Amino acid sequence: MKQLALFGGIYNNYRALEAALEDARRRKADDLYCLGDLGAFGPYPDRVYPLLRNYDVHCIQGNYDNSLAGGLADCQCGYTDPRDNHFARISYNYTFKNTSDQNKAWLRTLPESLRFDVEGRRVLLCHGSPRKMNEFLWETTSPDSFLEYLLDKANADVICATHSGIKWHRALAPNRHFINVGVLGRPENDGSTNVWYTLLTLDGAEVKVEFVPVEYDFEKLAVDMEAEGLPIQFIETITTGWWTTCLEVLPHKERARGRF
Amino acid sequence: MNFPEIALTHLDNLWLQVTGTLCNIACTHCFNNSGPNVRTFGFLSIEKVREEIGSAVRSGVKEIFFTGGEPFLHPRLPEMLSFSLEHAPTTVLTNGLLINDRMAERLARIEHAARYSLEIRVSLDGYTEEMNDAIRGSGVYRQALAAVARLSRQGLLPLVTIVRTWSDEAELATLAAFSSALRAAGYGRPRIKMLPALPLGRELERSAETPTDALLTEDLLDGFDRDLLMCSNSRLVTDRGVWVCPLLVEKPDARLGSTLTDARATYELRHNACVTCYHYGTICGNVSALIEGPDAQSERENGNL
Repeated sequence: MKQLALFGGIYNNYRALEAALEDARRRKADDLYCLGDLGAFGPYPDRVYPLLRNYDVHCIQGNYDNSLAGGLADCQCGYTDPRDNHFARISYNYTFKNTSDQNKAWLRTLPESLRFDVEGRRVLLCHGSPRKMNEFLWETTSPDSFLEYLLDKANADVICATHSGIKWHRALAPNRHFINVGVLGRPENDGSTNVWYTLLTLDGAEVKVEFVPVEYDFEKLAVDMEAEGLPIQFIETITTGWWTTCLEVLPHKERARGRF
Repeated sequence: MNFPEIALTHLDNLWLQVTGTLCNIACTHCFNNSGPNVRTFGFLSIEKVREEIGSAVRSGVKEIFFTGGEPFLHPRLPEMLSFSLEHAPTTVLTNGLLINDRMAERLARIEHAARYSLEIRVSLDGYTEEMNDAIRGSGVYRQALAAVARLSRQGLLPLVTIVRTWSDEAELATLAAFSSALRAAGYGRPRIKMLPALPLGRELERSAETPTDALLTEDLLDGFDRDLLMCSNSRLVTDRGVWVCPLLVEKPDARLGSTLTDARATYELRHNACVTCYHYGTICGNVSALIEGPDAQSERENGNL
């Protein structure tokens, strides 16, 4: 049996990351993985890196990391709405300016995906989708037929991704799985302030997926964000659990569940 | 001249032209010349729709789109939407004129029963009656807004699609004006998708663009993400065969076969509309085309981008 702790986008939320790492340690997870997007949205980007190293977290590149590593002009988040892009630029410019050259150089060393076998099951970790780093895979716009195509094409039994910001899991015959592991960076637009990570347990033929809620000191994070002059709209999301920006990429069902 | 060729990487998007070119209005910018009594293309039968959806599902389709003409002129559209939603997220493009209270209620029932998202895209081209109706016809503004409000009352969040007929400088102010007009009409959480105007059909006369303006070359596509072009990920089913994308339906060279399975050939990008697709990317999908307003420009000028 092997238990993997899978963390999605951190978005500079070092406080939630620390709480999640402690939780995974308490649960005795065998290996820890981060599926990319270390930066964005939150305060003090450089505070994330020592935590990842101290807890020996294996990381892959997300679109944000790829942009920071390559010195690109934008985050490659894949937004197209002008207001969404306005806020994405604020967050990217802030993160770019406040990430050290040393950490940017480290991001350059990260792989775009990881692939390994556990108990005879082929597992693929990627950021957006196996075919594109910034593809959004939402629960209500990813049909079974398409996920089966992705699994076939990737020669995998289990695909884990993040990027979109809301967790979900689909089991497909015969015993194949697609898992969006959620994100640590911001709550998932449901009016709750906690964030989420995923515990994946592979035990013989059994594949068990558990979404773990992470409570952390979000009020302190809000104080940090204010001190750094980050937009009030970002702080509101952290303290209310409702997304206020970057909403236009949401499909109908996911959008209808939110407040804005 | 050698035109760049694009292969179908994967059929992500299946488009169904369910009512052909038959529409209940005739917009001045319509890219496929649809209108009342325009029967260049005809209706698809429900059997044909089921068959092609089945074929697309077997090859791993990601999304299904219903277009026309005006799709709600098809008497069996609601059944088709329900069937489609059993297999994949589904979008319908409409002018909203036929969405009365009963239809709004029926669409809400269909949406609530489905695992996947149903997107209803309602077209609007101005945030005042005068602006909109100059393009879409007399009385259309009021009726479209009433449809949007009906859908909103049923808990649906239609995507209001606007074709961009203003300048970069007017971008943010125009979006804000659309948003407040929609709120005033009773749509409290407006969702807006912008589309670039396409140098096709009646738009050529409206904008007086020369049809031989610009064409794509291999040089332009060097380093460009070809997956953004619809021809790499989409096909359109009509009653007269399968076309490479929804936009080129009036170009005979863009017909690639009679069914989806025999319409997988590569395509030469030989039309002006291909340049629009290249500039704005994925324009027929459900998110806005990549259009940047004055905000982005000033950021760039200030050296922040």
